[in-house]
This record gives sequence, structure tokens and C-alpha cells, in this order.
Amino acid sequence: MQKLNKSGLSNVLRRNILKGMMALPAAMLVSQLSLAAAMSTADVNTTGLAVTDDTVKVGILHSITGTMAISETGSVQAEMLAIEQINAMGGVLGRQIEYVQEDGASDWPTFAEKSKKLLVKDKAAAVFGCWTSASRKAVLPVFEQYNGMLYYPTFYEGLEQSPNVIYTGQEATQQIIAGIDWVTKTKDAKSFFLLGSDYIWPRTSNKIARKHIDKLGLKVVGEEYYPLGHTSFNSVINKIKLKKPDVIYAIVVGGSNVAFYKQLKAAGIDMTKEKPLVLTISVTEDEILGIGGENMQGAYAAMKYFQSLTNTNNQEFVAAFKKRWGDDIVIGDVTQAAYLGPWLWKAAVEKAGSFDIDKVRAASPNLELTTAPEGYVKVHENHHLWSKTRIGHALPNGQYEVVYETEDLIEPNPFPKGYQ
Amino acid sequence: MFADYTSSELTAIFAMQGFAGLILFSVFVLMALGLAIIFGQMGVINMAHGEFMILGAYITYLTSQLFSAYLPSLFDGYFFIAMLLAFVVTGALGALVEWAMIRHLYKRPLDTLLATWGLSLILQQLYRTVFGAREVGVSLPDWLMGSYAITDIIEVPINGIFVMVLTIFITIGVYLLMQKSRLGKQTRAVVQNRAMAGAVGINTEKVDRYTFALGCGIAGVAGSAFTMVGSTGPTAGQLYIVDTFLVVVFGGASSLLGTVASAFTISQAQSTMEFFLSGSMAKVLTLLTVVGILMLRPQGLFSLKVRR
Repeated sequence: MQKLNKSGLSNVLRRNILKGMMALPAAMLVSQLSLAAAMSTADVNTTGLAVTDDTVKVGILHSITGTMAISETGSVQAEMLAIEQINAMGGVLGRQIEYVQEDGASDWPTFAEKSKKLLVKDKAAAVFGCWTSASRKAVLPVFEQYNGMLYYPTFYEGLEQSPNVIYTGQEATQQIIAGIDWVTKTKDAKSFFLLGSDYIWPRTSNKIARKHIDKLGLKVVGEEYYPLGHTSFNSVINKIKLKKPDVIYAIVVGGSNVAFYKQLKAAGIDMTKEKPLVLTISVTEDEILGIGGENMQGAYAAMKYFQSLTNTNNQEFVAAFKKRWGDDIVIGDVTQAAYLGPWLWKAAVEKAGSFDIDKVRAASPNLELTTAPEGYVKVHENHHLWSKTRIGHALPNGQYEVVYETEDLIEPNPFPKGYQ
Repeated sequence: MFADYTSSELTAIFAMQGFAGLILFSVFVLMALGLAIIFGQMGVINMAHGEFMILGAYITYLTSQLFSAYLPSLFDGYFFIAMLLAFVVTGALGALVEWAMIRHLYKRPLDTLLATWGLSLILQQLYRTVFGAREVGVSLPDWLMGSYAITDIIEVPINGIFVMVLTIFITIGVYLLMQKSRLGKQTRAVVQNRAMAGAVGINTEKVDRYTFALGCGIAGVAGSAFTMVGSTGPTAGQLYIVDTFLVVVFGGASSLLGTVASAFTISQAQSTMEFFLSGSMAKVLTLLTVVGILMLRPQGLFSLKVRR
């Protein structure tokens, strides 16, 4: 017994020495790569965040239970992947990222409570999280009061700009105007039927869409909203058939999506014939999983990211994502935007040379990211991202084929004049 | 309101909207029948009704996966087997739940509300763990997804007709079961006077279990059928529960005929108003009307005349 112990001890010793010897060149390499590793914790953290000599703590705050878990799961996976990749490259300012994950449970007061816990108790240097606008609005006062930094991934209605939030998804005008321009130019669309779930994002988005359609001198022949979770769309489909619009502009969300597209198909509207053509801004590859590729085939979607993008950044990202989370997983627009969060934060911290929220905020505008799966992105003064908008054409296998992308990055404009 | 349309279009509107209303009617009846049996005959408020429906939907999903993997040649007919399986499995779960939980709560009807609500949360989380948080896509045989064109405007969705036929069959089946069969007679006897029914030798516990299982089984079939028109996810059952209760309470809790009549009234009112007003306003007006009528007639449209 004693003998065993002894040899065990010497083994451990030998291993440690070996490890130390192996780590030596690695440590030299790291310190050469980033001078920042030499920076002392007192220098990079003057406000008492959870930063030690080798670690920094961040928060992940999404719903992993409740209704919204359907949508938010992808974002959690993307943020974890990004954090793991950053850690494998040596972390941020030489510090490994540790994340504290909290569950917002699809309940907005819970989001507020958990964000307070992440900021006050865990002293998280950044929080990646929220999905719905309602959850973001719930945590906003907390982030502003305790001066935290939130990276918010979802495309949303705009009309907001907080010093404590970086919006990595598109705001409404980026998504909408390019989509409508494309459909009028290439598909010669003259009349539109606007349809949405009944809450702030679809209503604001359709308002912007209507203004833009009016501006182009075209016609809106109908505008309809249904409560969230509505499951029978036969009446509105009948209305669409009578009004014969060129384009159905659909912003239906959640479970209602499945009902809407299945019933549209069952009612004899074949989207592949494009009479009428369906253009949506709310159905990503994630949603198609539930709808079924064969029921979505032929529809068009306007967003900034599709899994099928062929640039090398994206190919690497998709491969890494599948390796980490399984081969049959799909990646939607928001998942990609969530992946940008930790990278943008890393870039801001390194530019600032500090984890302090105020310095990270000051470093964020004009920050560039060349490794984003969607391609090059840049942070605007208003905390949103410059990004391209692409049009995807739904294939029966549940993927989108990219048929168009805007030439230039579109400037984010959360408070569009003339659209309110 | 009508000025924008020609007369032939108007005819088409009424034909199509009438039909849309009939489909909604069938969906409502199918949703509510299981609940009406349990609520009406046993006085148990089953908040987990939606989750039983979704279990049926998940079983349909599993069956479709099995068939496309092992028996692709028979895929066209899998739906019937899926519905049968859904009925059996959800019925069995219903019997289990009755045995483990509900039977201890018969004397405390309000507690069943809380207990079954808890059950619904447990089932939701169970589905999330087993099938994942994302919705699953149930692939349907092609013949169910098309439509039948009567004129160039009027087109009738085949899955709508399927739901209607199914509803008619199940309603007639339940009616015969309740009125003609031995179990039905025993059930009605227990509803009217539990102590007396027990005294003449009816095994009231067994009757309760079968009734609860039957209600849950029908919920399973409904869930299976709704994979054609709706989504299948852990929380999708919540989408149906409000409408279901609305139909049952409006119809009069202990009357199956009342359930059918109330489903008809609500669905026709809603689909007509949906056409002429916006979707959300139609819902508001429907709910307001129901509330108004229930204030005047708290027992619902139909009620059993039983001396209490």
C-alpha cells in the first residue's frame, strides 16, 4: 500500500515536471503572441469584475425551458462554441473565459432577476443573451443600473439604442428594405399582403414595410395580425386568394409558423409557382425543422445569414458547429449572430486593453470582425452592426439557397426617419 | 364592405368561409370531446389535456419515422396506424395517471386543477428532454397535403376534409358508446348518483378509470390529426387548451351535444369575423360574446336536467 502510494506520488511529480517543461515553450509563445498576457489584473480590471490572473467570468442568459427554448437553444450552443474556440486560442488578454449559464425560463421577470444575479453576484464581465424583445426590455434597466454589457443576437424591430447593449442581429430596416427592393426589382411585384403575429416586432416591421412600399408607389392590399400561437389560418388564406397579391409578406412566428405554412400548402397555394410569392423575415433554418422542408419549398427569406453561405469563414464555422453539436443540427440567422457576441467582446476588450465596461464600450464602435461566418462586419456608433442582407430561396431539404446579396454593407438605422 | 368584390367572388367567399368554419368546427369538436368527457362525466378539470394531445402528435411523429425507415412502401397508410397507436398509448397513460393521481382527488375538484397543471408541466419537460426543445417536423403522406379545386377560386384542402370525417366518426362513436354500451350506461349512472350506482353493483373505480382513459385517448387521436394543421413541440399543447376549455364551458359541462353545438357556434362566429375584421379583433369579439352569454346563462348552452 505504502509502496503504491510512493510510486503514485513520484509519478505525479514526474508528470508535473514534464508538464511544466512542455508548457514552457507554449507559455513563451502565448506571451509573444499577446503582450496583454503580461498585464496585471489590477490594470485590466479597475471596477471589480470577476477577473483573476488566469480567468474571466461571463454570463449566458437564455431560455432553456419554456416556450422560447425552441428558439434560444441554438444561440446557447453558438455562444458556448465561440467561448470554447476563444479559450483554445489562449483566451482574452491571456485569461480563459468561464461562463455562468442562467435560465430565463421564457419568463421576462425571471430574465431580469437572473441578469441582476449575473451582474451583482457573479460580476460577469459581459453577458450574452436574451432572444425576444420582451426579455431584452426586461433586462435593460438592470444592465443600465449596474453598468453591464449585453450582447443581444436577435433580429428585432429597432427603436432602441442602449449604451449597455451591442445588437449583433439586424434591426428592422436592414432586413426589410433590401428584401422589398429585391422583390420589386427582380420579381416585378406590384402588390403586397402583409401578415404577422400580433406583437411589437411584426407590427413595427410591417409598418416599415408599408411605408417603403408606399414610397415605391406600390400597393398594400391587406394587413392582418393573429395572436401568438394562433393555429387556424384558413380565413386569412381565403382573403389572400381573393385579393391576389403578388407577394405575401409573412412575419408569423413560433408554432403559428408551422400551422400557417402547412395550411397554405393544403389550400392549394404552391409557393414554387410564385403566384403569389412568399417573402418572410421570420423563418430561419431552425423554424423549417418544425415546418418541414417540403412545406416551405419555394418561399423566399430576407436575412443576413444562411447556413449555405459558401465563404470559407462560414464553411469552417459550420464544420466546427456540427463537430461540437452533432451532424444533423441546423444553423439559423440568430445562431450565427449569437456566435458573433463573444468574438466582438474579445475584440473590444483587446482593443481597450481592459475588461472595464466603460472602456469596452468606448472601444466597440468601428470595431471590425473579418472572421464572421456572415463575412466582414463592423460595429456602428449606434451599437448595431453594419451587415449585408441576403435573399434565400427555400429548398425541400430545409436549407436556403442564396439567390441575392446586397453589394454593400447596409448601415444600421434603429430610428429610421419617415418610417415611424 | 362588399363593394370591392363581384357577385361571383362573393359566392366564393361565402362558400370558402363556410368551409373554413366547418374545418375549424371539426378541430374544436375533436379538441374538446376528450375534455368534455372527463370534465362533464367526472368533474375533473384536466389542465394536462393539451399535453395528452401532444403525446398523440409525438407518437405520430415516431410512427412516421419508423415507417419511412423500415416500411417506406406502406408510408401512404401510416397515418391510420399512428392514430390507433396514439389512442392506445395516451389512453394507457391516462389510465395510469388516473390510478396514480386523480383517484385520490375526486373529493377535491379544485385540487385536480392544480395537480393536472403540475402534470402538464412535468409532461412538457419530459417531451423537451426526450424529443428536444425544438419542434419536430411530421412528414405526411402526399395524398393528405393537397387540395381539391372545385372552381378556380374555391379550393378545398384535403386534410380539412380528413379532419371533418374523422370528427364525425369519433363523435358518433362516442355517442353510441355513451348511450348504447354497457360502459356508457354505467358511466351515466355514476355521474347521476355515485353512491347509488355503487350500491347496485357498478364498480365505480373501474368506470372512472375507463372514462378518464377514453377522454385522454381521444385527446391523443386529436393530437395525431393536428399534426396536419399545426406544430408539434413540447409546449404546443398550450396553444389548444384555452379554446378547448372555452368550447366545453360554453357548451355546458356535462353535455356532449352542448359541446358540439358550442364548437359550431364559436367556430362559425370566429371564422366569419376573421374574414371581415382582423384576426385579433375576431378573437376579442368571440371571447366577449362568450363571456356575455355565460353571464346570462352560467350553466352553458345545454345542461342536464338532473335533480341534485
